[in-house]
Amino acid sequence: MTTNNGNEKRQGFYLNMGPQHPSTHGVLRVLLEMDGEYVLEAEPVLGYGHRIQEKMGESRPWKGFMPNTSRLDYVGALICTHGYIGLIERMTGIEAPLRAEYIRVITSELNRISSHLLWLGAFLLDLGAFTPIMYTFDDREQILDILEDVTGSRLTYCYFRVGGVNRDIDATFIAKTRAFIERLRSRFRIYHDLVTTNIIFIKRVQDIVHLTPDMAMRYGITGPLLRSTGVGYDIRKSEPYSVYADFDFEVPVGTSGDCLEVYLVRLEEMEQSLRIIEQALDRLPDGPHLAKTPKKLPLPQGDASFSVEAARGEFTYYLVSDGSEVPYRLKIRSPCFSNLSILPELCRDMLLSDLVMVLGTLDLVIPEIDR
Amino acid sequence: MKEYFTQLYIGAKSLLVGLGVTFRALLHPAVTVHYPREKLTISPNFHGHTLLVKDSETGTHRCIVCMQCDLNCPSNCITVVGEKREGSKGKTLTAYHLDFTKCSLCGICVEVCPTQALDFSDEYELAGFSREEFHYNLLKRLEEG
Repeated sequence: MTTNNGNEKRQGFYLNMGPQHPSTHGVLRVLLEMDGEYVLEAEPVLGYGHRIQEKMGESRPWKGFMPNTSRLDYVGALICTHGYIGLIERMTGIEAPLRAEYIRVITSELNRISSHLLWLGAFLLDLGAFTPIMYTFDDREQILDILEDVTGSRLTYCYFRVGGVNRDIDATFIAKTRAFIERLRSRFRIYHDLVTTNIIFIKRVQDIVHLTPDMAMRYGITGPLLRSTGVGYDIRKSEPYSVYADFDFEVPVGTSGDCLEVYLVRLEEMEQSLRIIEQALDRLPDGPHLAKTPKKLPLPQGDASFSVEAARGEFTYYLVSDGSEVPYRLKIRSPCFSNLSILPELCRDMLLSDLVMVLGTLDLVIPEIDR
Repeated sequence: MKEYFTQLYIGAKSLLVGLGVTFRALLHPAVTVHYPREKLTISPNFHGHTLLVKDSETGTHRCIVCMQCDLNCPSNCITVVGEKREGSKGKTLTAYHLDFTKCSLCGICVEVCPTQALDFSDEYELAGFSREEFHYNLLKRLEEG
């Protein structure tokens, strides 16, 4: 391969990054056109982890797809399940008791924090800092313990049900969650000392790429990446689902779309999630955690969609029903697919080591892209 | 020139602050659990593979072979086998096959069971050399204790 660079012809080469590269966080392959250490073109190649999830949703009663939803975005599984359950509830008109909605919000936000903590550790690991992942995993482990106690699983939760949640939370859960909120608040100072002010981190991350709001909207980017450009779009605020409208929280936004700002936005988002959990625990209403639902529940003819704010952006389910229990069509819109699609434009003429950094900032969960 | 040295000072200080965090961690008790020499207690609510519950009154399972778990399982990993026996009402369970290689632990079988005959085990140390090792017969497991 030769490229024209003025009159001089440069010798380039192709490099395969992945599908088994640790910093692609899964089976993503990026085909790189290189010139020395510079990336001329980066082309993501997908399909290594495809599991026909949408087709599976269309070939069994809607109830049978519930465990699958937590296998899409397994880092923020509860939020994914929340979207599917919300969709079925919207279609069938079943309403969950208020207590169940509060429990959903609490567990979802805990899951969001655990997802961001995992991102934080893995992102810094990509940059070559080994220590922070030890701290973040310690914190994340506390969340997994709390969620394990109530959901029964540590990663691929199947906890939400149409009309409520599987198991009620008890005083131990509340006490443990409150203790965790205290703990994580004190840990933010450690992250600040260890990472935010670290000169090596700043030099690696700051002013490498600038994501513009226009570019982000062209690619349909959502979540913390979009918010880092200064667009305050969060489904929890702009189109509140569940009981999110009841809580007082802010949507952190950046200004320049810099990678450092994506980091700061995510860190602030964890703080805001803690605030939501705190308010929800304070105002947790009494009552049943599961509404009575009929055993056979066919979906009424028609279509509906439901969006949730997942840890990485807007997660949408769209379902078309022909009146039976088995959905006619189930479309899943995952945030990571759009977030990844920006890579070729964003990473043109960039150093290979910076590309690894940008890939880390995107916070990709590949099984969510390859559904 | 002054800017250069200020940057140098700020940079060096940030690294020392970070080192301080690491040093303080040295004084804290270790977080790592040395599995398998040490083991954590598992939450009683943990979802392992399903089990047939032993009824304390009758000393046996509560399954009435209504096939609800078999029909509702999204992964088709349950096969309930029952037969009609003389002198007893309804069917009697002769085998309860669970193909754990397919199970995704959603818990739908536990929820639909009208007699609460199923529950989750707290088994998490699962490893085997063949596929067949994960084809459980829950009735046999119950009888063997």
